[in-house]
Amino acid sequence: MTSLVIFIGVVLVLAILYMIFRVSNLVSIAKGDVGNEKASSANKINAALFIVFMVGSLGWFFWYSIVHFDSYHLPIASEHGKVTDTLFWVTMGITVVAFVIISIIMFIFIYKYQYREGQKAKYFPDSHVLELAWTIIPAIVLAVLIFTGLRAWNDITSPASKEAEVIEMIGQQFAWSVRYPGVKDNILGKVNYKLIDNFGNEFGLDLTDKNSFDDFKSLELHLPVDKEILLKIRAKDVLHSVFLPHFRLKMDAVPGMPTQFKFKATKTTAQMRDELGNPDFNYEMACTEVCGKGHFSMKMAVVVEDQATYERWKASQEAWLKQNPDYLKKVPSALQEAAMIKAGMEKDPGSSVAELKE
Amino acid sequence: MATTDIHQHQQVHDHDDHDEHEHHETNFWRSYIFSEDHKVIAKQFLITGIFWALLGGMLSVIFRLQLGFPGMNLEWLKPVLGGWITPDGKLDPEFYLALVTMHGTIMVFFVLTAGLSGTFSNFLIPLQIGARDMASGFMNMLSYWFFFLSSVVMFTSLFLETGPAGGGWTIYPPLSALPQAIKGSGLGMTMWLVAMALFIVSSLLGGINYITTVINLRTKGMSFTRMPLTIWAFLFTAIIGVLSFPVLFAAALLLIFDRSFGTSFYLSDIYIGGEALAHDGGSPILFQHLFWFLGHPEVYIVLLPALGLSSEIIATNSRKPIFGYKAMIGSMLFIAILSFVVWAHHMFVTGMNPFLGSIFMLLTLIIAVPSAVKIFNYVTTLWKGNIRFTPAMLFSIGLVSFFLTGGITGIFLGNSAIDIQLHDTYFVVAHFHLVMGSASFFGMMAGVYHWFPKMFGRMMDHKLGYIHFWLTFVGVYLVFFPMHYIGIAGFPRRYYSWTNFETFSGFTDLNMLVSVAAIVTLSAQFIFLFNFFYSIFRGRVAPANPWESNTLEWTTPLHPGHGNWVGEIPSVYRWPYDYSKPGAKEDYIPQHIPYSETPESNLPHENELIKLESTSDGDGAIVIENDKH
Repeated sequence: MTSLVIFIGVVLVLAILYMIFRVSNLVSIAKGDVGNEKASSANKINAALFIVFMVGSLGWFFWYSIVHFDSYHLPIASEHGKVTDTLFWVTMGITVVAFVIISIIMFIFIYKYQYREGQKAKYFPDSHVLELAWTIIPAIVLAVLIFTGLRAWNDITSPASKEAEVIEMIGQQFAWSVRYPGVKDNILGKVNYKLIDNFGNEFGLDLTDKNSFDDFKSLELHLPVDKEILLKIRAKDVLHSVFLPHFRLKMDAVPGMPTQFKFKATKTTAQMRDELGNPDFNYEMACTEVCGKGHFSMKMAVVVEDQATYERWKASQEAWLKQNPDYLKKVPSALQEAAMIKAGMEKDPGSSVAELKE
Repeated sequence: MATTDIHQHQQVHDHDDHDEHEHHETNFWRSYIFSEDHKVIAKQFLITGIFWALLGGMLSVIFRLQLGFPGMNLEWLKPVLGGWITPDGKLDPEFYLALVTMHGTIMVFFVLTAGLSGTFSNFLIPLQIGARDMASGFMNMLSYWFFFLSSVVMFTSLFLETGPAGGGWTIYPPLSALPQAIKGSGLGMTMWLVAMALFIVSSLLGGINYITTVINLRTKGMSFTRMPLTIWAFLFTAIIGVLSFPVLFAAALLLIFDRSFGTSFYLSDIYIGGEALAHDGGSPILFQHLFWFLGHPEVYIVLLPALGLSSEIIATNSRKPIFGYKAMIGSMLFIAILSFVVWAHHMFVTGMNPFLGSIFMLLTLIIAVPSAVKIFNYVTTLWKGNIRFTPAMLFSIGLVSFFLTGGITGIFLGNSAIDIQLHDTYFVVAHFHLVMGSASFFGMMAGVYHWFPKMFGRMMDHKLGYIHFWLTFVGVYLVFFPMHYIGIAGFPRRYYSWTNFETFSGFTDLNMLVSVAAIVTLSAQFIFLFNFFYSIFRGRVAPANPWESNTLEWTTPLHPGHGNWVGEIPSVYRWPYDYSKPGAKEDYIPQHIPYSETPESNLPHENELIKLESTSDGDGAIVIENDKH
């Protein structure tokens, strides 16, 4: 019943609009407006509306940009983020000036040079001086932007130092997982996607590699402050993209092609909470390459802490092998003892050796 | 000499053709459905394009409802969307991705490539260069029908149980290659690829025709430097298309192999659905390179025709020559060339070698220079004009405004260091919707309003045109401008909802505003639709040259038949931008008026050309051809 009423209402409104259109048409024919295609009576109105539009939109633009600055400006928490943000705002400054000047000139021309009876336009087909000027000026401005941008880009993508803290991010539908190299050897063990299984070996850890014994998994990304971090990034199934908005960091996770991003966090979670006056603040990581149904839900909590806390946290984590003792079988027998020590497992040689002999 | 011979032969041949059409009434099927007349084919492209634009717009409104009003009960859409509305009245997240994908595909390819280029290249090239028809009317007809077939396949895919393609319009593998990764990568993706293959065939048939026609079928005196900028734009567009679409075809073909025949061009090291796949050694990045090798030129395939149309419209309605005609051609040429060497700026953070990133950043920012030149030239054309605000002129001004606003944000995104943060956020969405989507759409609208009298012999209603323009112009800005803020705040695109994240929990107000503006803007298009279809039948009969324009199409009869001109095709004696020439009686001198008839306004070097005109009866073309050698 309601939909019928809505339907009838819509039909009525459309009919009224059509009547208005017809009547206004007839009125303008009666007035003799029609046939003057050069410039209809609405010419002045249109010209004036452009000025109204210009004032209104530029006014709104500046008002919103200034008043709501905090709502769209994310605090920065990484070293290179300060550089790229500076570049961003420098570019913004230059382009806003250009944008505002060109817009104002254009809309003023539009208003000022609207059609007037008896007026003749100026025959002005070209001017080499002008054209050269506005080829060269943008070229110079852009060259400056390019070179500052290039320098920042080269710094950001330069190889990480040997001391960098290596952490591995793995993207899959629809969750992130993190692998740390472990406190004993601090080296990530080898992986092979063919070893991935549904029972526990989600990393595809290759247990014939002794570096894998003390690797551990985390459901949160813990990062040390003020230390260079090298994120090693890979994906298991489709493309994903690591996005840490506060750290101005983004890098795709590509199956079959490991990628990486090095950076340095500058503020711990606690510092950021103080700074923002928001005790509930948390860093977050998101996925920015469409990866399927759950793309929008690929969140991982990020914790930045001072060096000491970070080291303590690492030491308190259980090795993956310890959490999945069944996989001890996959370790070559010669390495088993070393594996158990490295993984911090209870020594119980009786059972495991017995299993192995079977 | 050989060129000249062919030229003349062609004219004679065409003349015969024309006579034939005058005397023999063709049947309904041959004149309206399987027509070889470029004007009919143009209208076919236009109507199909309008259908797609409406559909693409509606899809966007559905996902804007989800983004602007996340908690809204969408039960009422169930009659249309059926199972894609979950039992609790929400939009299915997988269907959300399908909507985004199809919106992009439809708008980029079916509306702004076929609908824009297909319509106006077809309609204007023969009319503005003075040709009876396209070089091959038959190929031209095939071009439309391949497009139609492609449309049918793409449209059908919307109704599949597993839904249409859903991996984004860029269809990056492995997502698009693995049906187990997303429903849309099943039959929907197969149909997407088939439709695109057909589309590419259509586009190539059209493109080759456009290039051939422009090079070979220009009328007497229509040298390259006397061609309207529209024709230059269509020519560059066609060349870009012919060079880049085959690459997309290759990319799609390899993807078909990977999907169906077990090859590993794009796939490697994948564990999905509980098993490790056998694919080994491929690279998803390879696909991205191939895709964007088309994908970036595609931006200019979409944009250049719109710029061409607006150049013509702005000059006509400012009653001034377009400022810097040669600079406009030069900048289009430069853009066309550069468009092939900037593709990887879409891939700064895909893991591509950072050194490549630096190279592409350099090339990308260079392309901003010719774009800036174009904007300055438009603004200077307005200076000291005598501007008539026809609806077409309003839409052209809108185009320049969008081109400026959207173009400027390209300087941010082209800078790889800044792009790290902005990549795949709403900042990108704002950027390309303004500079490519809305600018081209406005170019298309401007074109329809301006050439409607030539297409249908009647005028569209001006007042409705004004209302349509202002609602759309303000609406588009309200939709896309706030997205810059949302993007700077880091909101990722293609997100079904942001509420999972604290970081992205703000801006419910702006998102709501965007959605409301999107609905209003779409509704405003119905004003256009009414105006368009009403005016075809009931519009006021148009004068022969309603805009007092210089180009050749206005010398044809009100309803030009197949062959365009009754009798001989007019010769061309001057460039198309002699508006408000000092000394002239009127403020325009059409291209077919010889200098000998306008001694009062001739410039000194033009007076010398009069001698050539007098000898030109019959073989003016030869003189011109020889001049060029």
